[in-house]
Amino acid sequence: MPDALPDLVPDTSGLRPLPDPLPDSLAAGSGSGGLSGSGFSLVSGIRRATIRRTWLDTFDWRLYRAGLTLEQLTERGGTELRLTGRDGTQVAVEQFQGAAGGRPPRWPAQLDALPAGPLAERLASVVGVRALLPVARATSALREQRALNDDDKTIARVTADAMSVTYPAAAQLPERLAVSAVRGYQAQASRLAGLLAALPGGTTDEQPALDAVLASAGRRAGDYSGRIDVQLTAGMPAATAMASVFAALLGMLEANVPGTIADIDTEFLHDLRVAVRRTRSALKLAGQVLPRGLRARFQPEFKWLGDLTTPTRDLDVYLLDLPAMTARLVGADAADLEPFGDHLRRSRGRAQRELARGLRSARFGHLCHDWREVLDDAAATPRRKPAAAALAAASIAAVHRRVLASGAAITAASPPESLHDLRKRCKELRYLLEIFASLHEPAVQWRAVKELKGLQDCLGEFQDTDVQRGEIRAFAVQMMDERRAPAQTLLAMGEIAAGLARRQVRARAEFAGLFTDFASPAGQARIAALTRPAAS
Amino acid sequence: MKIFATYNIKGGVGKTSTAVNLAYLAARDGYRVLLWDLDPQGAASFLFRIRPRVKGGGKALIRGTRPVEDSIKGTDFENLDLLPADFTYRNLDLILDSAKKPAQRLATLLAPLRAEYDVVILDCPPSISLLSESVLHAADVLLVPLIPTTLSVRTLDQLTDFIGGFTGRRPQILAFFSMIDQRKSLHKEIAQTLPAQRSDFAATAIPALSLIERMSVERAPVTAFSPRSQAARRYDELWREARDRAGLAAPPGQPGPAR
Repeated sequence: MPDALPDLVPDTSGLRPLPDPLPDSLAAGSGSGGLSGSGFSLVSGIRRATIRRTWLDTFDWRLYRAGLTLEQLTERGGTELRLTGRDGTQVAVEQFQGAAGGRPPRWPAQLDALPAGPLAERLASVVGVRALLPVARATSALREQRALNDDDKTIARVTADAMSVTYPAAAQLPERLAVSAVRGYQAQASRLAGLLAALPGGTTDEQPALDAVLASAGRRAGDYSGRIDVQLTAGMPAATAMASVFAALLGMLEANVPGTIADIDTEFLHDLRVAVRRTRSALKLAGQVLPRGLRARFQPEFKWLGDLTTPTRDLDVYLLDLPAMTARLVGADAADLEPFGDHLRRSRGRAQRELARGLRSARFGHLCHDWREVLDDAAATPRRKPAAAALAAASIAAVHRRVLASGAAITAASPPESLHDLRKRCKELRYLLEIFASLHEPAVQWRAVKELKGLQDCLGEFQDTDVQRGEIRAFAVQMMDERRAPAQTLLAMGEIAAGLARRQVRARAEFAGLFTDFASPAGQARIAALTRPAAS
Repeated sequence: MKIFATYNIKGGVGKTSTAVNLAYLAARDGYRVLLWDLDPQGAASFLFRIRPRVKGGGKALIRGTRPVEDSIKGTDFENLDLLPADFTYRNLDLILDSAKKPAQRLATLLAPLRAEYDVVILDCPPSISLLSESVLHAADVLLVPLIPTTLSVRTLDQLTDFIGGFTGRRPQILAFFSMIDQRKSLHKEIAQTLPAQRSDFAATAIPALSLIERMSVERAPVTAFSPRSQAARRYDELWREARDRAGLAAPPGQPGPAR
């Protein structure tokens, strides 16, 4: 890495947008000028640099939400990946110096594309299974000036940064100045920074570089999350409320399509499926407020979409879980499972291609287009009744009753399907709680969701292990048919199946206690609290 | 962290010029350098355009009521910081006298800076005093500029004897001839013969050059404003000898031993 790089990239926390072009008073060698009487002057420094900058984050902004910024800086063949906290302090860094010193990954990339080290280690806990992808790109033309006091002593370095944004949209940002104090001259440097900010056109608004770059494209960090970001009010017409919920879900669905097709990481598909399931549940449980005929028209289409995504996701779950399953092997060796892993990956490849074809199809295109169109019409409904709060209360209460009835009917002798069915009801209840979250007190909502989530986790473990046991048998048969099943691999798969069976038994044993708590008077009261008229 | 000190009982022999230039050269090599201007006249501070003032004065600094770090100022050069002079330094002997273990005091004050600096250079006022004794105890290498006269060689021997009396750790002495007047045959004669005979002498000698005097006009080390001059080349050679004498490791971020 060239020496200049770490010093010249300004601390983004102190950047101030300044008038463009810079006033003459700030031009190199202009003496006191606009700073006249202040005792300060700026002289041109010798350092100039052009740095290519790429900001990276996961699609759902996990780094940003964790208060971190990851930036790739390239200058004269040297590249550095730098992770900083929100205040600009460096957390970890990885350097690449061309062929000998390695090259940075081609983005998007998973964490395993990074060399092992403090950076990869720090990122792992935040990024998880998600890929890192460029969220913004710009080229910074940096010009350093020295600020002198009346002894002609350098008291600060002032870096002017002319940034040309190339992604998400091309833009030229106003030149930004960073004032970095020389040790022992903090007070004078702060005074200078204040003077610079107060110049005509200057502003004291301090904005991190990434925020400024995104703002130039009309975006902001954290503008995607898996949550339903809709503000409902109790009195708004239910049709309008549901139209906005469906529109938000459609937005989430569509946002994840390119990443799913490009197969960037498994969570694009996960979020896409969540959007589809929430849409289907909402259509089923609260879709009656939409204009007549819409529910019947779109339910089969969203079912088709859900089914399209299932095979790939099932295989994703298996592959994501495979390292942990391998680690739990006692009798078999980890290497025995490699043919099984290969089989899963081949199967997933096929399923993914099928999925991508479906998402590129005219049927999918029409579904999104038509759905948006009818939602726009539905939002403008003249029907005032029912109100959103009434719809929320009624639908939550109805599904809650179904959960209680379905769960109460389960005994030790009940078949697995009865638990699977209960899981579906619980998911429906959960989706309703999420859809109508903005109508509820956050604390009341949190208590209700927390207990429901505990029950869902148990039912999920029960069903997933049940499904996976069935699947691993099917995989074994397929592998035998394809003559890709060495005996030791089948034995290892048998051990995994046995492990899954143990987990399933454990989940079943835990179920009764969790459901008893959920169905207890206190548990029922927690859900009922959400069905009373809200304050707003 | 290696501590160098420019020391001579006499004034006007080139101590500050040496300290300032060697500090600059060490920083240029990539070492993190702190220069402490211990002379109340504040010549080194002046050369770096830094006001000779320390918060709380010498008393707060020596007694440790204010951390040394609070008074450090960045110079205009990367990696080079300065602990400025202060007029109250004229009383450092009195202040040291009232401190515990006065002879060890400077070493104790510098110890916390170990992680922050690779090289510390102490620019001492001309004297034999409690302060100089404390400097002698703190330093790893004493850089002793000498005018080539018989008398000045005698003072070097006195200094060597004095240090020989220390129990435990002793600084190495690296004497060198300074301000050599090429027109004086005695200067030339002594400067040529002595370094070959004595191991505590550097091979490098610094001539009397008007460019070195010009530092007070430029207010910068000659090695910075005229890096290709004869003066700069001599200081560079002297720095290499001093660095080797101290056994200084390669600067941070640079592989292998310093060359």
